[in-house]
Amino acid sequence: MTTSTKKLVVLGAGTAGTMVVNKLRRELDSSEWTITVVDKDDIHDYQPGYLFIPFGMNTPEQIRKRKRPFIGEGVDIVMGEIDRVDAPANQVHLQDGTVLDYDQLVIATGTTPRPDQTEGTLGPQFHKEVGEFYTYDGAVALRDQLERFTGGRLVVHITELPIKCPVAPLEFTFLADDWLRRRGLREKTELVFVTPLDGAFTKPVASKTLGGVLEEKGITVEPDFMIERIDQDRKVIVSFDEREVAYDQLVTIPLNMGADYVARSGLGDELNYVPVDKHTLQSDAYDNIFVLGDASNIPTSKAGSVAHFSVDVFVENFMQHISGLPMTHSFDGHANCFVESGHGKALLLDFNYDTEPLTGHFPLPKVGPMKLLGESRANHLGKLAFRHIYWNALLPGRPLGLPSEMSMSGKNPA
Amino acid sequence: MTATTIAGHQVDINDEGFLTNPDDWSEDLAPELAKLIGIEPLTDDHWKLIRFLRDDYAAQGETPTLRRVSTQTGTPVKALFGLFPGKPAKKMSYVSGLPKPKGCV
Repeated sequence: MTTSTKKLVVLGAGTAGTMVVNKLRRELDSSEWTITVVDKDDIHDYQPGYLFIPFGMNTPEQIRKRKRPFIGEGVDIVMGEIDRVDAPANQVHLQDGTVLDYDQLVIATGTTPRPDQTEGTLGPQFHKEVGEFYTYDGAVALRDQLERFTGGRLVVHITELPIKCPVAPLEFTFLADDWLRRRGLREKTELVFVTPLDGAFTKPVASKTLGGVLEEKGITVEPDFMIERIDQDRKVIVSFDEREVAYDQLVTIPLNMGADYVARSGLGDELNYVPVDKHTLQSDAYDNIFVLGDASNIPTSKAGSVAHFSVDVFVENFMQHISGLPMTHSFDGHANCFVESGHGKALLLDFNYDTEPLTGHFPLPKVGPMKLLGESRANHLGKLAFRHIYWNALLPGRPLGLPSEMSMSGKNPA
Repeated sequence: MTATTIAGHQVDINDEGFLTNPDDWSEDLAPELAKLIGIEPLTDDHWKLIRFLRDDYAAQGETPTLRRVSTQTGTPVKALFGLFPGKPAKKMSYVSGLPKPKGCV
């Protein structure tokens, strides 16, 4: 008897890729399906920890591990740079010439900060006066830079949306405010938040709440700022409409883009994100390609919580899909984000495609312990504790007991 | 939502003045909308962008971002700021009768 084993190839062993291979390996019979995951290196960072490194709240060692131990048995790991996906031929080409055939493909190569896309960023002051905390090296360099900071203009700047973890720039600003106070530097520092949006955040209700927190803390907001270039000699950022914001220390969030191979494969939009059906995460162009995590164009936050909730929905759909059945589960865009607000407190946002972030309690209606859209100590502790949950339960694909679908129970419509 | 009359057409607008129904728009509305935000006259360069926005909205179901307009029409962002000063993404969508592009989430 001949059996033809089918091949699932997953591109990217980050948060989404690791979760999905671990979950699917338990669902798919080894005699019927091989699972191969491709990544360019063996480093897995707990990316929410980048935010804490500049302030010494996490050490670099706490957030960096090897990838392999998180990938379960029965999953083949291939290390290499992806050259392109030949979707009509169902093949992935690696730069070293390796060709991987697939029956089903999952793209989970995320999004990457691209300082090369804004003129003047990669000058001699990059990772010095022009800091960033969206990479491990950047976060560590910014920690050292802040250590030497003695006051002046500290400018936090977002290049363009969407970005990974869209609340992180605000959190950085709140934490910087707190950190400066503790060092006795707050009165010598002008803290400025520069954004291409017309307010603090993308969602109106949350924008109002978060804008209020900025005002309370004496942080200046420079809205509608579309950056054209950074002038490192004059220490200013310049917008397309020729406004200038001066800095002594800049913390920029570079343009975020999907992987370049996505563009080379003809699968991406103008930012290399793969267009998909937002409820099934299936590629618009090929019905055997799915996109998980930050790599797709779904209109919700690029965040680990979204990856987690969407993987749960995807696994159920995928099992139907490979049996030739219609996919009956629908992802609702559910995201939840802890927003560090400084002074040992945090806010918690919970939203989806259709619902604005709500006030109320999470995860238990009326009880909490975490308060939605309000500052509390429990939220902050929840955020700190999540690192352990991430390494020990989320990546291995163990159930966390959080429903993937957003619930309205215990929440107060705005 | 408020009802108003622009260029002889009865239209509904939201609290920022954007048309609430893109189907209410027609080409003769564009110069009037543009005038309301201080852009006149509309040149061929403006029209090329307005037509792109209308077509792209019809095809994609959402208003294109500034970056998308720039890459798809081959217009440098700086030039978009020249044609629709200050807030080109918002102003282009306003004149084209489309919702303002969603600030991404």
